[in-house]
Amino acid sequence: MSKNKEYLIKRGNSEYEVIIGLEVHAQVLSKSKLFSDSPTNFGAEPNTQVSLVDAAFPGMLPVINEFCIKQAVKTGIGLNAAINKKSIFDRKNYFYADLPQGYQISQYKDPIVGEGSILLDLPDGEKKVGIERLHLEQDAGKSIHDIDPQNTLVDLNRSGVALMEIVSKPDLRSPEEVNLYIKKLRSIMRYLGTCDGNMQEGSLRADVNVSIRKTGDKKLGTRCEIKNVNSIKFMQMAIEYEANRQADILEGGGSIDQETRLFDTKKNETRSMRSKEDAHDYRYFPDPDLLPLELTEDFISKIKKEIPELPDEKKKRFVDKFKLTPYEANILVSDIETSKFFEDVIKNSDIKLATNWITGELFALLNDRNLEISESPISSKNLSTLINLIKDGTISGKIAKIVFEIMANESKDPKSIIDEKGLKQQSDPKEIEKIVDDVIKENPKNVELFKSGKDKLFGFFVGQVMKKTDGKANPKLVNDILKKKLN
Amino acid sequence: MSDIINLTLSALINKIKKKELSSQEITNAYIKRAVKSKDLNTYITTDFENAIEKAKKFDEKGNFNYKLPGVPLAVKDLFCTNNLKTTAGSKILSNFIPSYESTVTQHLWDEGAILLGKLNCDEFAMGSSNETSFFGNVESPVGKKVVPGGSSGGSASALAAKLTPATIGTDTGGSIRQPASFTGTVGLKPTYGSCSRYGIVAFASSLDQAGPMTQDVSDAALMLDVISKYDTKDSTSVNFKRGDYFKSLSSNIKGKKIGIPKEYRVDGMPKEIESLWQDGITLLKKLGAKIIDISLPHTKYALPAYYIVAPAEASSNLARYDGVKYGYRSEGENLISMYENTRSEGFGDEVKRRIMIGTYVLSSGYYDAYYLKAQKIRRLIKNDFDEAYKSVDAILTPSTPSSAFKIGDKTDDPVSMYLNDIFTVPVNLSGLPAISIPVGKDKNNYPLGLQLIGKAFEEQNLLDISYSMEKELSFKNNLQDWWIK
Repeated sequence: MSKNKEYLIKRGNSEYEVIIGLEVHAQVLSKSKLFSDSPTNFGAEPNTQVSLVDAAFPGMLPVINEFCIKQAVKTGIGLNAAINKKSIFDRKNYFYADLPQGYQISQYKDPIVGEGSILLDLPDGEKKVGIERLHLEQDAGKSIHDIDPQNTLVDLNRSGVALMEIVSKPDLRSPEEVNLYIKKLRSIMRYLGTCDGNMQEGSLRADVNVSIRKTGDKKLGTRCEIKNVNSIKFMQMAIEYEANRQADILEGGGSIDQETRLFDTKKNETRSMRSKEDAHDYRYFPDPDLLPLELTEDFISKIKKEIPELPDEKKKRFVDKFKLTPYEANILVSDIETSKFFEDVIKNSDIKLATNWITGELFALLNDRNLEISESPISSKNLSTLINLIKDGTISGKIAKIVFEIMANESKDPKSIIDEKGLKQQSDPKEIEKIVDDVIKENPKNVELFKSGKDKLFGFFVGQVMKKTDGKANPKLVNDILKKKLN
Repeated sequence: MSDIINLTLSALINKIKKKELSSQEITNAYIKRAVKSKDLNTYITTDFENAIEKAKKFDEKGNFNYKLPGVPLAVKDLFCTNNLKTTAGSKILSNFIPSYESTVTQHLWDEGAILLGKLNCDEFAMGSSNETSFFGNVESPVGKKVVPGGSSGGSASALAAKLTPATIGTDTGGSIRQPASFTGTVGLKPTYGSCSRYGIVAFASSLDQAGPMTQDVSDAALMLDVISKYDTKDSTSVNFKRGDYFKSLSSNIKGKKIGIPKEYRVDGMPKEIESLWQDGITLLKKLGAKIIDISLPHTKYALPAYYIVAPAEASSNLARYDGVKYGYRSEGENLISMYENTRSEGFGDEVKRRIMIGTYVLSSGYYDAYYLKAQKIRRLIKNDFDEAYKSVDAILTPSTPSSAFKIGDKTDDPVSMYLNDIFTVPVNLSGLPAISIPVGKDKNNYPLGLQLIGKAFEEQNLLDISYSMEKELSFKNNLQDWWIK
């Protein structure tokens, strides 16, 4: 990376590099919970998706949901990571009202997935970010403090929902890299169908570890962990705030305390939650209700066969096969639905035009209306037709934009719009010649000026012809005929 | 009526099948006796009205092909029973009514048995004398003010006093075998993974196992047939091929090799236990078995390892009793004080002691020195047995280092109480099956038992050996019904 693009915190003569590691909690896409058969639907009435196991009734026992194991293995493969054939579920013991068992079942020393990596596409090239591990754990319930003035209420719908904790190495260096990392991770999981990545619904949250060090230093500084941040924007703001806070302390001759902090989204600041000394002693030990999880080679290789083409491979294919620029390919593959839409469109139409129309007009439209591509008012089939109508000269690019706008509002196919509105391009040379003659006749002065060397007036004549044809005249023919007549 | 209560389980079943006795007659006989036996304090909860109703229904249109057709049974109050209070002997669950049934008790009802009620036990099965129960101590019918053992003390006492024809208990460190030995009854702890733990209030998950407590070995085989089944709701349940234990019972043990472990000759063991053991050895020889001296070198570490592993798991298993969701709650100013009040008032001293031990041994800085080391010892103890089983089919030991003691004798000395389990805990740590059968009596006429330890999943072998011994021994409790009012 070139020096001037680096994200550095400056204080006087000092420059600090920011070191970031993320612990992402991704909810496993699964109909039922990690150790029970309760449903996992978002937004259900409180305490309606709770089994006796989730509420930790006496004598209730956890039973591993095999589907969640598959999802974790799938994600591990998608992160180019080592799958551990033997992993162990441990109990993390602590008391809280929304933790019915009094412990969370998690994986401590022996996670299901080991080291892997994610590729980030930076403006000046790729960067590999290391994955430390991925482990499975139960989510806790939710404590609700703002409904009853006297009491805290507890909703156990989330209790026992499967989460994947994906821990990165401290390889990230800026809020922007964090943005790209989260987006890439989410994209991979969506491709795999292992997490919907919906941050509003809490399906993706992260603990952010931040430390700083003077540029050139090799040793890592003391880190602070910012707990449970639930949007990319907040992660970036929290990092920004935290890095500056740490720089202020170091510049003032102080030292950083290792602690857990919270990000206050209203005040836009982080504040201390507990210090290292106050850290919980979770008394991890292997859950005696569950045997060690052992995966067979066969189980893993079957899952490997189910892995779809992932963003990195797809990007490479788009560049190699469709001759897209890496930038264009990146945009089209980042979301699996977009890539599908694109490939549908180009089945029967021009790749270059399709790329431009999708990344240009269509994205603008979706952005404007805050829609996902799956909700696009313009189907891939209709867009493909529109592109073919441009390509074969039935309409000009300019008219196409008008047609596109009508399509966006009426979801009709472009052919019938063109017919209805009479937008078909005039491509009869004789008719255009007549109009050109009219224009020349009507503007003798400008013809004089043009002939005396005022070349720029050519555009004026084109405009006049277009005006007379409501923009429908074939631009290439207009140009050719005008040139012939004026010279 | 006295005829009824003197019948073994299998004899009762025969009479029901032959229609010589009705379920109602039997049920009423046991209820009548239970009502007169209140002083033993065996029941925490009775369900007599429902039992009579169910017996009536059974007599009207019951299935006589069931294994336990219309047989009334009381069970340890550690098994969750649908719609009937389940306390685990604790104040913290004193108002808890489950909406579900434990797998093991469900198997009983599915074979036609009828629930009489829930039997007293040590709080959360933590104890060796049934003195830690919130519902008071249980007296043994073998003598006034004598403990029945624990933790399945209520079960053992009720069985010996003939308040139930058979029962089930749970055994984490000896909680079936020790009370069986103290009360002159048969107690079988099956191999870990044989009987589902689903719906049993957990003490130490890696050690807990349900098992039959019966008047004789055949009854134990019959009960095991009913309750030993693979269960997908318990991840530690093992899907092995179970025997047809009752039908396959054989008293031919010629050529069986029985190991006698020298490490079980502990210092200060009473003479009468020593000679009881010798009697057992002599008897086995007479029956054609081969006696082989063996060594289980890590035996002395079993008790300390057990008192690390079991409390560690218990400290975590009992965290769910926090007053938030069910059970006893004592209000407080905030969440933390509610927790503190609830758990201080809801748990008894022994339970608190073990929660504290367990919390300590799992704490960072102590985990390796205690919990991890105990797990390593557990492995060594298991290896000892594996090694021994290369040359023997089963192992004979005393069930307990002493006979039953008086109520209050050991309550001030937890360590001497824990020593009761010295011969039984290695079995739980190794997951093996073991049975205690009554063999003799001490100078006070209190029963004494011997323990046979078998290979994993070879309960049949264990039952056959004890069956053949039982035939020769013809042990009788000869209780005088002194407690009947």
